Amino acid sequence: MDVQLKVRRQNPEAEGEPYWKEYALAVPNHFTLLDALIQVREEVDETLSLRCSCRSHICGSCGMRVNGHANLACKTKLSDLHTDTVTVEPMGNMPVIKDLVVDLEPFWKKLYSIDPYLQPAGEVPEREYVVPADSMLHLDGVVNCIMCGACVSDCESLSVNPIFIGPTAFAKEYRFVMDPRDAADTQRLMQMNGPGGVWDCTHCFKCVEVCPKDVAPMDRIMAMRKMLVDDGVAEKHNGARRQKAFTDIVGHYGRLDETRYLMKSVTMLELAGYAKVGLRSMTHGKLPPLLPHRIPDAARIRRIFERTRSTYRRRFKLHQQAQEGSRV
Amino acid sequence: MIYKHDVLVVGAGLAGMRAAIEAHNQGVDVAIVSKVYPVRSHSNAAQGGINAALGEGDTWESHGYDTVKGSDYLGDQDAIEILAREAPAAVLELEHWGVNFSRDETGHLGTRNFGGASQARTFFVADITGQALLQVMFEQLVRVGVRMYNEWFVTRLIESEGVVRGIVGMDIRSGQLHAIQANAVVLATGGMGRVFEPSTNALINTGDGMAIAYRAGARLMDMEMMQYHPTTLKGSGALLTEGARGEGAYLLNSEGDRFMKKYAPNKLELASRDVVSRAEQTEINEGRGIENCVLLDCRHLGKDLIMRKLGQIHELALELAGVDIVQEPVPVRPGFHYPMGGIKTDVDGKTTLDGLYAAGECACVSIHGGNRLGANSLLDTVIFGRRAGAAASEHSRALPSPADSFPLGETALQQETERIRALLDRPSVGELAAKVRWDMGVNMVKHCGVFREAGGLTEMGDLLHSLQDRATRVHVGDKGRVFNTNLTSVLELQFMLDLAVAVQVTALTRTESRGAHTRTDYPERDDEHWLKHIQLQYRPEGPEIHFTPVTMTRWEPQVRSY
Ligand SMILES: Cc1cc2nc3c(=O)[nH]c(=O)nc-3n(C[C@H](O)[C@H](O)[C@H](O)COP(=O)(O)OP(=O)(O)OC[C@H]3O[C@@H](n4cnc5c(N)ncnc54)[C@H](O)[C@@H]3O)c2cc1C
Ligand code: SF4
Ligand code: SF4
Ligand code: FES
Repeated sequence: MDVQLKVRRQNPEAEGEPYWKEYALAVPNHFTLLDALIQVREEVDETLSLRCSCRSHICGSCGMRVNGHANLACKTKLSDLHTDTVTVEPMGNMPVIKDLVVDLEPFWKKLYSIDPYLQPAGEVPEREYVVPADSMLHLDGVVNCIMCGACVSDCESLSVNPIFIGPTAFAKEYRFVMDPRDAADTQRLMQMNGPGGVWDCTHCFKCVEVCPKDVAPMDRIMAMRKMLVDDGVAEKHNGARRQKAFTDIVGHYGRLDETRYLMKSVTMLELAGYAKVGLRSMTHGKLPPLLPHRIPDAARIRRIFERTRSTYRRRFKLHQQAQEGSRV
Repeated sequence: MIYKHDVLVVGAGLAGMRAAIEAHNQGVDVAIVSKVYPVRSHSNAAQGGINAALGEGDTWESHGYDTVKGSDYLGDQDAIEILAREAPAAVLELEHWGVNFSRDETGHLGTRNFGGASQARTFFVADITGQALLQVMFEQLVRVGVRMYNEWFVTRLIESEGVVRGIVGMDIRSGQLHAIQANAVVLATGGMGRVFEPSTNALINTGDGMAIAYRAGARLMDMEMMQYHPTTLKGSGALLTEGARGEGAYLLNSEGDRFMKKYAPNKLELASRDVVSRAEQTEINEGRGIENCVLLDCRHLGKDLIMRKLGQIHELALELAGVDIVQEPVPVRPGFHYPMGGIKTDVDGKTTLDGLYAAGECACVSIHGGNRLGANSLLDTVIFGRRAGAAASEHSRALPSPADSFPLGETALQQETERIRALLDRPSVGELAAKVRWDMGVNMVKHCGVFREAGGLTEMGDLLHSLQDRATRVHVGDKGRVFNTNLTSVLELQFMLDLAVAVQVTALTRTESRGAHTRTDYPERDDEHWLKHIQLQYRPEGPEIHFTPVTMTRWEPQVRSY
């Protein structure tokens, strides 16, 4: 079959701007994008740089954006794309080194930041740790992560919030939190409750969509958020409190009542810190009314909230079940 | 730049990382260099599992005997004893470090069957065992905080008169060459599968460490022993784990017969790999194949078991061959997989050069002899990786600081810089590296494949001469320095050609059939003349051949049947 590859290229040594280069190839039907790129590199244009190794989606080297979404080149069958031209770009949210090769150093640093190793407590047993078979099986779903960076590439939170620890590292964190042998849960939960933590995920589903290994990082993040709430750790987090206060108030009164919002989402101590702002607003006539106007249709808004919540819950549950299904 | 460390490990697969962790634990200053990020190493491809006599009623002697028998009595028995004795502790260590090995209903470690083993002693994580082990080993490397030089391509050793004191390598990202001086170097650079086409191996498996050591004067051993895995996918050559047969899958010929009944009436599909590969090739050669393949049939295992334990191969067969193994059998054939041979070491990883150690797939202790048993190789990496790390540390402690070899590093760096510049300066016309590699690979499979004979091997010898000549005219089209994968591919080609010659020469030399080495012109095993290793020493005019005895401890050679 004939394919047209449109590759976004960049050469730091030439100090040029990124540019597009097109390659027209005739390839066998079973070819993957990686096969085609290797053919380009070996026979057409040796200056094209990319990372690749295993050719069988296990080493995580060949992450790139294909027609706008991150994927592994070796997992992308050209015949499945159904487009005449295939656009190929380096992964996003990471600086380009050359052509399709991005700088992964920040990616690894974030991984290191979560202390990514088992921290057991107590004596090491003479034999293996005896743990439920299911608990180990459950970890397979995240151990599957090959650190390809596709999720990080397309993460919407990361694109505006560079301190967000991100989907890969949190999938890894989940692996330890869920491991019955790991004893550092409290510390791990405290950390993910902090800056750049799980509350910074915008819930965009991107990581779930692009992950070539069905790791579903967002689901892991949501599961850990739930743990934080259940364990009461989240109470200490502004992000969690604000999120809850916002939805509670809007869901009930139909509009945001800033005073209530402030009272509900910060601690007394923090409230004191707002005093100055409050005074200034008052003298400038910007203070929101202490008793908010109720809007006439609040009841309808409440119903909208309820409906959205339950649809969402249902969808999330279905999605989780599908994930579990594919993971067993 | 010139960097300095007590011990330098080259390669961040399982063997290299285990060596580095050990050196760190021994209190020396250790660093690790790898041409890819550690978790990209090819150890991640291992699907099936890792062996240890840990189960009730299993003994290290039984594991040892199976390994010796599997090796067709070419394995060194002192080394195999160490492997089998240390296996339980090594597997438990991995478990304690965090590997989520599959459990039985009681929460204890569970096992699966694997080829050539008299007991189910293979421990596993679904069919992603290598991936799970590699991740955990990397986690431990991060935990102890070993200095990493990632995406550095090692091009040569710093060596003088049989003494090794470091490496020269290229930081791929900048294209700059640097020297790293060290009192001891541990090579753990993995396999050489790309010498063959097709192969189950990753594109990075180009045998660099073996070739670098060989050129520096270390000896290679058992290079005629190249394993062909019985179940590789038609087309891409990707591997479908032996775990499939371990779980009960059948091999069928075009007539729908389970042909292994003929070749290994007891162990059937779970005979040793050399036995199964030969059987398949015989069926194919005698006209009972289907387009050069036989069929691997998993249907009777049921969807549930396939998805739970063989998910990765389900995915591979679907993506790469368009076959759903739940619904239909998948065509497979013997494909190049693993070199039993490599850099000759003793049981502590020491090579024939002072200061140079090797472990893992690039080394030849020799554990695997004529044929490696499935799931013994991951074990090899962790056990001999650890031992090499310990021995290298000890060696380093006995020496003054690595700074004292200073002028050596400087000279080597200069020479290497000039060599690379000359490569880049070659005119942009002439041979393509990829074309030369392809011609080498396809012909190596043809002449040094499952079956071999003098005529074909001699022909291959001539062909390799002409390929080496062509390689001197290979050009580097990319003249830049940053992430120049074109340049590294040309350097890799040179390594691979050296190794191809080593395979061809030893295969021609061994005039018997043993393990994976089957000579149709010498079909019998010949213990009287050939119970010995072939070692090679690099000489510019061609390899110099040496013979050394096989170490026997407690297992006398017997007729090998499965
Ligand atoms: C598909 C497949 C399935 C397998 N299944 C099993 C199994 O089920 N059980 C089993 O026991 N074994 C199995 N094996 C074999 C086993 O996985 C390998 O033998 C083993 O993992 C090799 O580990 P290693 O550490 O020696 O090398 P690798 O993991 O290959 O690592 C080599 C390292 O060397 C580095 N390197 C190489 N050249 C250079 C250079 N020039 N400069 C710098 N760094 C360099 C690389 O970057 C890499 O980090 C399988 C192998 C394959 C291919
Ligand atoms: S769901 Fe969260 S972690 Fe996943 S891509 Fe979106 S913002 Fe990032
Ligand atoms: S979670 Fe998925 S997409 Fe993200 S790094 Fe891991 S395998 Fe890649
Ligand atoms: S080449 Fe390894 S994941 Fe694509």
